[in-house]
Amino acid sequence: MNVAVLQFPASNCDQDAVHAIRRLGHSARFVWHKEHSLGDADAVIIPGGFSYGDYLRCGAIARFSPVMQAVRQFADNGGLVLGVCNGFQVLTEAGLLPGALVRNRDLQFHCEHVFLKTLNRDTPFTRRIPSDRPLRIPIAHGEGCYFADPETLERLQKNNQVLWQYCDASGNVTDAANPNGSLLNIAGICNETRNVAGLMPHPERACEAALGSSDGNFIFESMIEALQNKAVARAA
Amino acid sequence: MKARIIVTPKKAVVDPQGKTVQNALEHMGYQGVKAVHVGKYLEIELESTDRETARRQLEEAAHKFLSNPVIEDYKLEIVD
Repeated sequence: MNVAVLQFPASNCDQDAVHAIRRLGHSARFVWHKEHSLGDADAVIIPGGFSYGDYLRCGAIARFSPVMQAVRQFADNGGLVLGVCNGFQVLTEAGLLPGALVRNRDLQFHCEHVFLKTLNRDTPFTRRIPSDRPLRIPIAHGEGCYFADPETLERLQKNNQVLWQYCDASGNVTDAANPNGSLLNIAGICNETRNVAGLMPHPERACEAALGSSDGNFIFESMIEALQNKAVARAA
Repeated sequence: MKARIIVTPKKAVVDPQGKTVQNALEHMGYQGVKAVHVGKYLEIELESTDRETARRQLEEAAHKFLSNPVIEDYKLEIVD
């Protein structure tokens, strides 16, 4: 798998994302926000950080960068796009994912490990995630409270687009386990066609035991497997 | 010519900042505050003197970029 990791001014999880992919034996390279092409990328990761200083709104300015026009085209052609934290905010601002991320309900910046319940394992981002326990992955954000109007929330649920919900260590989705006030405890979603996903937690910060968890790898391994299956299907 | 744009959170969106400011006002002894909504104010200086064109362009920019219609409303005013 050949992954393009976008770099905006003030991206700060770009190195981590590249590291996480490379340690799984796949190639990853940085793509600067002024680039108009993603080259031969098989997948795109929009990393966390504070693109353009989060001025105006998180992700609002990044969304209009040249590279995002290439990402839009890539996504329209069925390419896999994963947005992490600020990357999730960029994808909602770009309209590639529904809803928006607003200020955490307690106004605090939360930097901690959380547990995630995976609701749909039939997507390129979740197929390798074990079903017997929740994922343990860190969050680090001040504006991660997922909001969407009631019709959008209903559609997300009906289409199984809610991929991850904040839960407790036993997998129970409770208000106490919701770190930011997200509606329906939503931590991550995908689009209708299942090729674009975003989540506030940071899988790249949970990619080896030294980081306290390697659960994030399940998400990257899911993407790798989905792409390999696609390549096999193409060759057949 | 100048444009003023006021962006406010939609009523359906929880506004913890507004709520916190409201609580602070109450703690300070200001009574009768029903609600506080914290938004943004943008002042845009324009070279053009054509109000209608300016309004049309800024409405588009406000809808597409300066506000996020999923979570925010805006008011646009052109002033001399």
